[in-house]
Amino acid sequence: MRFAVIVFPGSNCDTDLFHAIRDELGEQVDYVDHTETNLAHYDAVLLPGGFSYGDYLRSGAIASFSNIMPAVKGFADSGKPVLGICNGFQVLLEAGLLPGAMKRNEELKFICRPVELIVENNQTIFTSEYQLKEAIQVPVAHAEGNYECNEATLESLQVNNQIVFKYKQNPNGSTADIAGITNEKGNVLGMMPHPERAVDQLLGSADGLRLFQSILKNWREQNAITS
Amino acid sequence: MVKVKVYVTLKEGVLDPQGKAIEQALSTMNIDNVNDMHVGKYMEFILEESATENDNEQIEMMCEQLLSNPVIEDYRYETEEVVTA
Repeated sequence: MRFAVIVFPGSNCDTDLFHAIRDELGEQVDYVDHTETNLAHYDAVLLPGGFSYGDYLRSGAIASFSNIMPAVKGFADSGKPVLGICNGFQVLLEAGLLPGAMKRNEELKFICRPVELIVENNQTIFTSEYQLKEAIQVPVAHAEGNYECNEATLESLQVNNQIVFKYKQNPNGSTADIAGITNEKGNVLGMMPHPERAVDQLLGSADGLRLFQSILKNWREQNAITS
Repeated sequence: MVKVKVYVTLKEGVLDPQGKAIEQALSTMNIDNVNDMHVGKYMEFILEESATENDNEQIEMMCEQLLSNPVIEDYRYETEEVVTA
């Protein structure tokens, strides 16, 4: 399986993601620059955390107009997996690939610590290796993770089972304790916590690795059927 | 050529953590009669020739697609003719 890690000016978790895929998951991975326009050679696209364009205007706003983004949208439309972590989640929101928006954390502080997440939906291509309602430990590192959406959006997220991860103890004021959501189709996931920073016990937790293993397992199953 | 001034604020009803923090700071200054503080953004630019027939149409497109995030923010703008020598 071949992963693309999109690199924007100001991305700073791209290397961690690259390491998680190559060294921990054991799959192929390339950095893809934001100036590129083609993702045809990839099976999954990963948008890393960081501060793309210095968070100017709004987090993710400028990056969502990068040259690579039409290809990311096309990739998502074709049903292939797209994962946005932290700033990557913010980019997906700004690009309209996921509903809602991010505000400053309730306490206005940059929060950087391990948190407990509850797996609210394990029937996705990103979470099939988790138990339903399992508590996992994954770090957060953000100043703008206070997820906001209107009531109609929240209701449709709930009805369609798009809320995949919730915080056990809400660190940032996020609506309905939301830590991660998918699109309606289930092939685009955005999450504020960093699974790529939890891929080995040496890092304090290996719970994040199973997210990448889920993507791989589902890709293998799908390819076994079609080929 | 027009000068455009754009004001972006959080929608009414969307809790504004920055506004809340400022209210708290004001209350430590013993100013307690301030409510509903909202922090927004101000942008200004010169619009040379409108790409569309209509300046407003272009400004609104810019505001909706980039300058503001309509999920949580409202915008308003003013324009004034710039007279060049």
